[in-house]
Amino acid sequence: MDTQEKFTSRTWPESPEKTTLEGKNKFLGFWLFLGGETVLFASLFATYLALKDKVPGSDHYLAIDMYELPLVFIMTMLLLTSSLTSVYAMYHMKNYNFQKMKIWLVVTIGLGLAFLGFEIYEFYHYVHEYEHTFTSSAFGSAFYTLVGFHGAHVVVGLGWFILLLIRNTNRGLNLYNAPKFFVASLYWHFIDVVWVFIFTVVYLMGMVG
Amino acid sequence: MATQQSTSANPKVNYKYRRKKAKQEMRQHVTSFALMIFMTLIAFIAVMAGFDKIYVYPILLVLAAMQVVLQLYYFMHMSHKGHGTVALFLYSGVLVAFITVLTFVTIVWW
Amino acid sequence: MSTVAQKKGFLAVLWDYLTTVDHKKIAILYLTSGGFFFLVGGIEAMIIRIQLAVPDNNFVSAGLYNELLTMHGTTMIFLAAMPLLFGFMNAIVPLQIGARDVAFPFLNSLGFWLFFFGGVFLNLSWFLGGAPDAGWTSYASLSIASEGHGIDFYVLGLQISGAGTLISGINFLVTIINMRAPGMTYMRMPLFTWSTFVASALILFAFPPLTVGLFLMMFDRMFGANFFDASMGGNTIIWEHLFWIFGHPEVYILILPAFGIFSEIFATFSRKRLFGYAAMVFATVLIGFLGFMVWAHHMFTVGLGPTANAIFAVATMAIAVPTGVKIFNWMLTMWGGSISFTTPMLYAVAFIPSFTAGGVTGVMLASAAADYQYHDTYFVVAHFHYVIIGGVVLGLLAGTHFYWPKMFGTMLNEFLGKITFWLFLIGFHATFFIQHFLGLMGMPRRIWKFLPGQGLDMPNLISTVGAFFMAVAVIVLLVNIVITQVKNVRVGNDPWGDGRTLEWAIPSPPPFYNFKQLPLVRGLDPYWIEKMEGNTKMTPAEPLSDIHMPNNSFIPFVMSLGLFIAAFGAMYQVSWRASEGESFVWALPVLIIGMLITIGAMAVRSLKDDHGYHIHKEDLLDDEEGGRE
Repeated sequence: MDTQEKFTSRTWPESPEKTTLEGKNKFLGFWLFLGGETVLFASLFATYLALKDKVPGSDHYLAIDMYELPLVFIMTMLLLTSSLTSVYAMYHMKNYNFQKMKIWLVVTIGLGLAFLGFEIYEFYHYVHEYEHTFTSSAFGSAFYTLVGFHGAHVVVGLGWFILLLIRNTNRGLNLYNAPKFFVASLYWHFIDVVWVFIFTVVYLMGMVG
Repeated sequence: MATQQSTSANPKVNYKYRRKKAKQEMRQHVTSFALMIFMTLIAFIAVMAGFDKIYVYPILLVLAAMQVVLQLYYFMHMSHKGHGTVALFLYSGVLVAFITVLTFVTIVWW
Repeated sequence: MSTVAQKKGFLAVLWDYLTTVDHKKIAILYLTSGGFFFLVGGIEAMIIRIQLAVPDNNFVSAGLYNELLTMHGTTMIFLAAMPLLFGFMNAIVPLQIGARDVAFPFLNSLGFWLFFFGGVFLNLSWFLGGAPDAGWTSYASLSIASEGHGIDFYVLGLQISGAGTLISGINFLVTIINMRAPGMTYMRMPLFTWSTFVASALILFAFPPLTVGLFLMMFDRMFGANFFDASMGGNTIIWEHLFWIFGHPEVYILILPAFGIFSEIFATFSRKRLFGYAAMVFATVLIGFLGFMVWAHHMFTVGLGPTANAIFAVATMAIAVPTGVKIFNWMLTMWGGSISFTTPMLYAVAFIPSFTAGGVTGVMLASAAADYQYHDTYFVVAHFHYVIIGGVVLGLLAGTHFYWPKMFGTMLNEFLGKITFWLFLIGFHATFFIQHFLGLMGMPRRIWKFLPGQGLDMPNLISTVGAFFMAVAVIVLLVNIVITQVKNVRVGNDPWGDGRTLEWAIPSPPPFYNFKQLPLVRGLDPYWIEKMEGNTKMTPAEPLSDIHMPNNSFIPFVMSLGLFIAAFGAMYQVSWRASEGESFVWALPVLIIGMLITIGAMAVRSLKDDHGYHIHKEDLLDDEEGGRE
């Protein structure tokens, strides 16, 4: 099948991400990668749980003293909404509506950037208010590594969306780039899945004690 | 070389049907989004309310698991057919993940 | 094609290999670099054995000895055994399932170059101030305290090559799931493909914990984190768990493909269908599954408590069941077969008792109470060398002889092959059998020297003599390879005459598109089925048409090179001798430049469309006529 072929919304296949063999491979390969990422984040969560509140002296702040639930709530809402907007983007991708897909992806990127801004502020806050740094204790190392790995995933996801948009902005949809958009949105959802566990396990359970 | 997906033999014929189905699905997505927001709210409220952790922990974990299921099956389309292999590998990953976390909360010496 | 290749100059060939995305050429790259690292690791082993040949020896210093034993283990596992297996997987698996290439040719190349640069980085430590010296397990309390940059080389080198391994694992999984020829159902896949499949799944789930462990170690050593520093609230058991959650599946990642190679060899040279195919498949999957449930048997003496020890002991012993199923199936494959004792078959036959011996000591070690006695003695050393050499290395040597004609189009000399076999087998048992007794007598592993008059002198000497036998065997193999390639006697499709699977139905080496027409698979051992019905080749499953092929690319090399450069920056931005005025202002810029090279290469890859090209039907027809003599 010619990946450059031009389509109309009527000839556009139902699952454009899986229509070519390349697309199918990409789709499956990326899901497998997410299976591996699950274990990667599990290892980070496990390390965090083992080192939570493990500090060298009683003058160090613990999880319950620091975490800002309102801030975390806003971040959760931002990321959750960005997950919905990327679903909208994929909805329009499947309907062969490139303009609307682009708009929703731009909204997704905006929400992702806002999330990232809050996260940076949050880290800054902990460092300056509580002297809770990457090197101050094992707890600090584990916290910043887990949440930072997630943040790095957000950065990669944003960079990915942006590159895709720049590259394809004047080209419209075809069977070559449709799987790429789809896989990038899977990645974005996975980032949200990880965040669900971060706000539950790190912040909420951290505040309970 | 590429093998055509057989779900839509002739896209022109069932175009209307597909559009309708997609719209319906989008509605499902919005519903699951609302559910996720709702569950997040419950989770935050449960913590703010200051119940004992024996009650809060299970609630939080169940809510998180439910949210993730919604993400995976609706937002990430795992409810569609053709996701058997995906599910096999994802759940294998979840199993290893579970054992890893279990280990680190039980047998790391403290 | 081959005539064109011969006319090319050296630089053109070099460029071809630097940019290739062809799984058969990548296989040769894996085989060559894996073979090189195998020799390096072998030399390290020889130095270890020379040091231990006589009591109170001073052949190497204590510090150098620690570096040697660390690098021997690390090199052999990560840089020799795995790449060599990847070499055979790349060369054979796409052919066995009737595919024209792997699912992600570009990533295949990237996986290789990441491994290669990681391996080179790790070994450069010898020339840049000392190799890692905390054992291949690099337990945290020891490795955090290790001075110099040795452990940094270990962490960064393995991080880079580990990323390559993960990529290759995903690639094989997708290839096997999505790229099988028409009729090639899961339960018709050859055992080598099945074992590659399971091993790749293990890679997918086992390498992320290693990645995390290495990151934590990197953060601790290079960026001031405190994961393993107990005085800051850290916990060194975390490293042990992460390492072994990876480490135990890792040994199954090594042994399962070797099992697969042996399964092919037993069936081929017994001229019989593999006995109990379905049970073999099930046993392979079960071993893979159980492989994740047993890692703490490496940590019985850590003090995890009797409950944990009991659970892991029982799970470990359970693995003997599927392994036993396999052993019996191999023997029953031979039973009543028309066996020809070629070199690969000799290795396969010798593998059964050798590996079983290692398995039996494994069950002994799995008994947690008894393990308190065996732990950290030469008994453990003997055990894992029995399973790894008796299983993996014999499998690699067997595979080298068995698949050499398919990969290179020439046949290794059988006489020299058998000499290698006997020297290696005798040397292997002489070296390691006696180490069981050394261990039971109380000789600890990893010691630099031992004192005379404790009953350890003679066994150690015997062990060293055995090691020399193995060294000579490898030299004979190298001579064999050189002679074979210089003579360059070309062979046909099925040089062993009894090939059963698809790879033997096409020329040796196969054309770059593998199959002109994808074959129709009508059952297990498809080529054998056709042969039994008097056909000389496979029935095609599709009309002759244009073939889509991927373009070569230099980008994987550049991406990996960027990480290689960045690793130097990451390492030297910490100075171990700051008090002596050692500082490297260039380190941080180098780190940034390296990362920019990698990210830039990734951006180029995603911004530049790569649609590949088509081989036209007419050219395929021409090729056929050209090939006909």
